[in-house]
Amino acid sequence: MATIAKDAPSQTERTRKFEDVGQLSQFQLIWRRYKKNRLSVIGAIALIIMYLMALFADFIAPYDPNEIDASHQYAQPSTIVWANGGLALQGMRQIVDSVNFQIIYEPDPDVTYPIRLFVRGSPYVMWGFIPLDIHLFGVDAPPEANAKIFLWGADRQGRDLFSRVLKGAQVSLTIGFFGVMISMVIGSIVGTASGYFGGWIDNIIQRLIELIQTFPFISLFIAIAAALPITMPVVQRYMLITIILAFITWTSFSREVRGKVLSYRNADYTAAAIAAGASHWRVITTHMLPNAMSHIIVVASFAVPGAIAAETALSFLNLGMLPPAVSWGVLLQDAQQIKSVTLYPWLLIPLGAIVLASLCLYLLGDGLRDAVDPYA
Amino acid sequence: MTTFLARRIVYMIITMILASFIGFFLIELPPGSIVDIKIDQLRAQGGNVPQDQIEALKRRYGVDDPLHIKYWKWISRTLQGDFGTSFETDTPVAGIIAQRLPITFALTFGTALFAWLISIPLGVYLATNRGSIPDYIITFVQFLGIAIPNFALALILMVFAALVLRQDVGLGFFSPQYVGAPWSFAKFLNLLSNLWIPVVVLGASATAGLTRVMRANLLDVLNAQYIQTARAKGLQENAVIWKHAVRNAVHPLVMSIGYLLPAIVVGDALAGVILNLPTLGALYLRALQATDMYLGITILMMQCIMLLLGNLIADLLLAWIDPRVRLE
Repeated sequence: MATIAKDAPSQTERTRKFEDVGQLSQFQLIWRRYKKNRLSVIGAIALIIMYLMALFADFIAPYDPNEIDASHQYAQPSTIVWANGGLALQGMRQIVDSVNFQIIYEPDPDVTYPIRLFVRGSPYVMWGFIPLDIHLFGVDAPPEANAKIFLWGADRQGRDLFSRVLKGAQVSLTIGFFGVMISMVIGSIVGTASGYFGGWIDNIIQRLIELIQTFPFISLFIAIAAALPITMPVVQRYMLITIILAFITWTSFSREVRGKVLSYRNADYTAAAIAAGASHWRVITTHMLPNAMSHIIVVASFAVPGAIAAETALSFLNLGMLPPAVSWGVLLQDAQQIKSVTLYPWLLIPLGAIVLASLCLYLLGDGLRDAVDPYA
Repeated sequence: MTTFLARRIVYMIITMILASFIGFFLIELPPGSIVDIKIDQLRAQGGNVPQDQIEALKRRYGVDDPLHIKYWKWISRTLQGDFGTSFETDTPVAGIIAQRLPITFALTFGTALFAWLISIPLGVYLATNRGSIPDYIITFVQFLGIAIPNFALALILMVFAALVLRQDVGLGFFSPQYVGAPWSFAKFLNLLSNLWIPVVVLGASATAGLTRVMRANLLDVLNAQYIQTARAKGLQENAVIWKHAVRNAVHPLVMSIGYLLPAIVVGDALAGVILNLPTLGALYLRALQATDMYLGITILMMQCIMLLLGNLIADLLLAWIDPRVRLE
């Protein structure tokens, strides 16, 4: 008896929890289910933070990412101390080691510079149209002290790695995203046409897809990217690489959508719609696409990390984005020499950024995949 | 069966012809030609290059020919077994590729073997011990294996080997003192110490993916009624798993053979470059960067052929192990 009494409330609790299911919209059902995957929610929050940081990169970064500073070559990450009632930067001295001809830095224990919020610094143009010179944080130091805050150290030319990783996020996090968006649109249109109309249209499209897929993904990407002239302006290059990514990845989308559309094509509700005199356009837009949408989004969320990895890899090989453009792949070029990584391990920080972004995107995809089919 | 094969082969030939158009066009796209490179080389050796010499070079390499003539010249020579000359090294393309083929081949098969040997037993273990602590841990590690891009993993492992294991890395397959040395046990150990990074890098995502699929498939199969029947008959659990369940769950592993063949040619180009391995993938990258067109197009076409062959072999194998596929 005791066990039954103990089980009974939990049983009613469970039914109560689900009794409003009938009144929830599909989106609410998806959201309710998605929330259960804690890891995926954490990944999504981390991604939102990363994208926000990329959006406000110029403001958050304390310095211009391309600002060369010979007096801070390979400066190590700054030591932050608590001094005079606030966070402060520990002063540093640059010393050239006469034996190994290496630049080393030594903390200067007597000197600290306060870190302030909203300081004026190098000018930038926010989102291409708001000229500003306010940065989120910076060091309040006299110019002759030549003190700079390097949260993540500096590279061979004394450029602030933190600023560069933020700026690189603007390229690396978006290029794969936009590429997959475009490829999703192309793939959906072509895949729907292929699956819905069938016949010779389907035949031609499928043969074309097979032809493109005869080439291994990364080889095709490299071959097309190698054809871009080196002198091309950064913005143009960015757009072309996005388009190349889309061109290579749309085929698998189109296959997925075609498969879905084929199964809906034979569903009773489609037959009913056609019998009721609905046009092709109406059947496609009200019956096919909304049904396939959740599936398309899941496939896209898994495609984005792959596209991001492809861009960083390509830039790493000097075939994608080229300096002075900043992308995570460009930053990693400095980490290619094992000797410099041994001496200056902070050069690997962009690698951490790539791995983190990729991991979070996969977590997001994982959660979405389980959540999009709330009736299962 | 014969008609199926014949149709597939005819279809493969047509696809290859079309792919060769696209491939040739892509490789021809980059600005600058062999003649520019030659002229630069001649200039670097000193002296001015007279105009008539430039003209002679241009005629010799057919630089000013229209695209279809160039294509025709290339394809007719290629079909006769002459793959052209590498501009960069001035040696026949066939020789360069033949030199790198065995090591690439060995690496790819070694990696595939590694992936299979780990993923089949691991997938079986995870499916039969679902929800256990190892299941959670390994699922998470697999997730990392899929999520971390290969070239990033190569860098991470290389730094790990250099900083933690104090190993010389990025030297290729052998440390300098063993490069020209005759085979010995020490040389073999040296090869192994340099080989584990590429094998792990190239095998990580394959192993993770295959284990995941193997686990999922086996879980599906274990719910089937014939498994229940087998257990009800009183069969040993081992026999139920390995004879009845696993055999019906290995399809994706067989399909993965289809990817194995093109991998021989391209491997993982990026990991090859980072780890400084003399593989064809790394060669392909360098050829494209240096606009070394005959080398580039030959490797690209080899990849396409291997992909088509790989898919064909995978389909045939699948039909061989599964009668249901044959019926379709």
